[in-house]
Amino acid sequence: MSHVIEMLNIRKEFPGIVANDDITLQVEQGEIHAILGENGAGKSTLMSILFGLYHADRGQIKVKGKEVHIHDPNDANDLGIGMVHQHFQLVHNFTVTENIILGKEGGFLLDRRSASKKIKALSEKYGLNIDPDMVIEDITVGMQQRVEILKMLYRDADILIFDEPTAVLTPQEIDDLMEIMRNLVSEGKSVILITHKLNEIKAVADRCTIIRRGKFIGVVDVKTTSASKMASMMVGRPVNFKVEKKLAQVGRVILDLHDLNVMSNKKVLGVKDFSLSVKAGEIVGIAGVDGNGQTELVEAITGLRPVESGTITLDGNDITHADIRRRNEIGIGHIPEDRQKRGLVMASSLFNNVAIKEYYHSPFSKHGILDADYLREYAQKVTEQFDVRSGEGIFSLAGKLSGGNQQKLIVGREVVADPELLIAVQPTRGLDVGAIEYIHSQLVAHRDKGHAVLLVSFELDEIFNLSDRIAVMNSGELIDVVKTSETNEEEVGLMMAGVRQKDGEQ
Amino acid sequence: MKHVKIREKQSNAFLVAVSAVVLGLVAGAILMASIGSNPFTGFWFLFRGGLMNIERVGNTLATATTLMLVGLSVAFAFKTGLFNIGASGQMLIGGLCATLVAHKVFLPRPLYLIVLILAALLGGALWGVIPGFLKAKFNVHEVVATIMMNWIAYWSIYYFIPAYLKGPSLETESASIAVTQSLRTPWLTKLFNGSYMNLGFFIAIISVIVIKLILDKTTLGFSLKAVGSNRHCAEYAGIKVNRNVVISMMIAGGLAGLAGLSFYTGYSRNMQIGVMPAQGFDGIAVALLGASSPLGVLFSSLFFGILQSGKGFMNAMTSVPPEIADTIIAVIIYFTATSVLFKRFWDAVLKRQGDKAKKKEESAQAEVKKEGE
Repeated sequence: MSHVIEMLNIRKEFPGIVANDDITLQVEQGEIHAILGENGAGKSTLMSILFGLYHADRGQIKVKGKEVHIHDPNDANDLGIGMVHQHFQLVHNFTVTENIILGKEGGFLLDRRSASKKIKALSEKYGLNIDPDMVIEDITVGMQQRVEILKMLYRDADILIFDEPTAVLTPQEIDDLMEIMRNLVSEGKSVILITHKLNEIKAVADRCTIIRRGKFIGVVDVKTTSASKMASMMVGRPVNFKVEKKLAQVGRVILDLHDLNVMSNKKVLGVKDFSLSVKAGEIVGIAGVDGNGQTELVEAITGLRPVESGTITLDGNDITHADIRRRNEIGIGHIPEDRQKRGLVMASSLFNNVAIKEYYHSPFSKHGILDADYLREYAQKVTEQFDVRSGEGIFSLAGKLSGGNQQKLIVGREVVADPELLIAVQPTRGLDVGAIEYIHSQLVAHRDKGHAVLLVSFELDEIFNLSDRIAVMNSGELIDVVKTSETNEEEVGLMMAGVRQKDGEQ
Repeated sequence: MKHVKIREKQSNAFLVAVSAVVLGLVAGAILMASIGSNPFTGFWFLFRGGLMNIERVGNTLATATTLMLVGLSVAFAFKTGLFNIGASGQMLIGGLCATLVAHKVFLPRPLYLIVLILAALLGGALWGVIPGFLKAKFNVHEVVATIMMNWIAYWSIYYFIPAYLKGPSLETESASIAVTQSLRTPWLTKLFNGSYMNLGFFIAIISVIVIKLILDKTTLGFSLKAVGSNRHCAEYAGIKVNRNVVISMMIAGGLAGLAGLSFYTGYSRNMQIGVMPAQGFDGIAVALLGASSPLGVLFSSLFFGILQSGKGFMNAMTSVPPEIADTIIAVIIYFTATSVLFKRFWDAVLKRQGDKAKKKEESAQAEVKKEGE
């Protein structure tokens, strides 16, 4: 057994948090080795240490059996380690070739032609299917990722690190990427795959190192280990992939939309003659491909976007033109699509963020003076109840939290306020299994308290898992509303493409 | 433990400011040396000029008063994400309103002072609220609008003063107001040996405290800061972004109006035409060095006050030109603006010290163990 990479007993501490606590990673020559862990478990820190972006406080790194000290990414490159970052580092108006040779231009004169030839050869050898003369801004995201891969291959990297590579890809592109990874290892390269998606690991990896909360949990052979076993190792307890829920106890109408028309940013109707009602005690899921009017619909209901015509009624109150605070007071909770732009003030502390919708009234403040003690107590309660983990507790800045913890903070804020209507838009995007399970259970619990939940998601799994009824949207129109128990993914998928069912109900 | 963390952060900002000041002084020293003067005597006279006797201390405080109020104005707008370059114009209008009151209104002293302060406050607030309104309603950038307002104030005063408040001899300035109608009071003048020291200083100190309380303790401060750091999130949370922009500019303008009050009816007793008060821009430097916090503004304005009021004395006693003081201020601003570098430096230093302490502890423990064996 020959290890190309050995990271032994790595420890890395940040103020208030131990990101890596005695972690060991051993990657064999010619394997795809996955690193599995929740958001904030320490995967990225570990890889940043290997790539020279951070320095370990303790521990040893060996590359091909020799102990090394990696001070910066250049050292890592010299050792044959290459990394495909989550955010691509490409110059958009340069060609593929120009991007790849950037920093490796060679002598005084630029020899594009031989570089281009070498890139073409590499592309063919590994099945990357890239034309070296294309300009980056003209190619798809999936192709841009392959350019990043070519960049590493051009620099003779033989250990390739992929940091959450599938987050930006379509399902077809994901399949292609898996194929490329297989090609890479069959040509003798070694691949490290950082991810929290179990199905990807099952599909492509040979072995998997699991870390949880900065600690090494174990290494498993992927073929002989079940997905649920890996999930429970990652989260530290058994995980339910299916959401447990009772039959809906439906009550009165909470949200009623009548012939709603809303403009999009492009000054055309983004939502057209949309009528829908959501009742107490049910979850209505809005299914649709991204960009079919979901954003406009949610912004109209929450008051962020004006309504052209039609009415919005919330629990008997006409709120079509009410301001946002009034809607919040009547009872709208909103888990926004973009948690960093809308959901949180990144440069502000957790306790301010938790109070941002309610700071102006008692008991948060009296006569315009904030009650600092109450604010802290309240934030303490919310962060404890929703298990928001941070370095400095409620005094941490929101921007310092991991994505999952930011989302838990928002969900906590919205759920604790106990609104009649909770609107959740893409509530689990980018989160790991543990956090997804938790947030799903919170949404169901909110329903079971007799409140209405409107869920918008681009993931059909999530819609089917949670919704009692499914409303399908296509180019701003409501195609149909169906009961989840009486439909299937195929039927909804067709409706998402705009095909109307003749015998659909309602 | 938690409070310690927060204090740590504040001390970081303080450390950055002090580093910028020290480097600014070093740069000033190099400049003095390069023009053949002795930097030590230069600084000696610069600081003596600001502090050597009670009268000069009074003048320094009076100079700092205006800077403090303008700095507070810029810092406050900045907390709401607005850049108030219009403090000069707001100062002029606040000063004009105060000067008008000083010439026309005669009331018992306490009542008179209240009217005087309100006049300056309202004048400045009006000049601030207009750009605020333009920003909120028509999305006119406040930098453009406030600069325009500066020149509107400048030219309005250029014609208003000769027409209505003309001095007896000079066409280019207003008639002096009576000392009894100014912010100067006999006991302060006596206490500071006949300096320009006036009640404006207390107005500035009270303003610092009030603004600090507004920002830290009130719902108004909460919403202003939320709008300043993420207007999208503030909007989502139901905070009226536009209303907060207008309120913020109004308060900022009012503070600059008070600066005009302190300058035109305290430090001096008349208004000259054709002069854009430089304090309006120096205030930006004060706010930057003070990291936009009220207490930071208090200290940085005192420091700049020393430089400003000491530079004339330095020039009189040595061959160093007074512009050196302005150069030092400029260099300090550069270093404040690049404060990220200092932060990294101090973080590294503090970390190294921490590591050293740890190692010492470990080796001490090891020694204890050895001895035990």
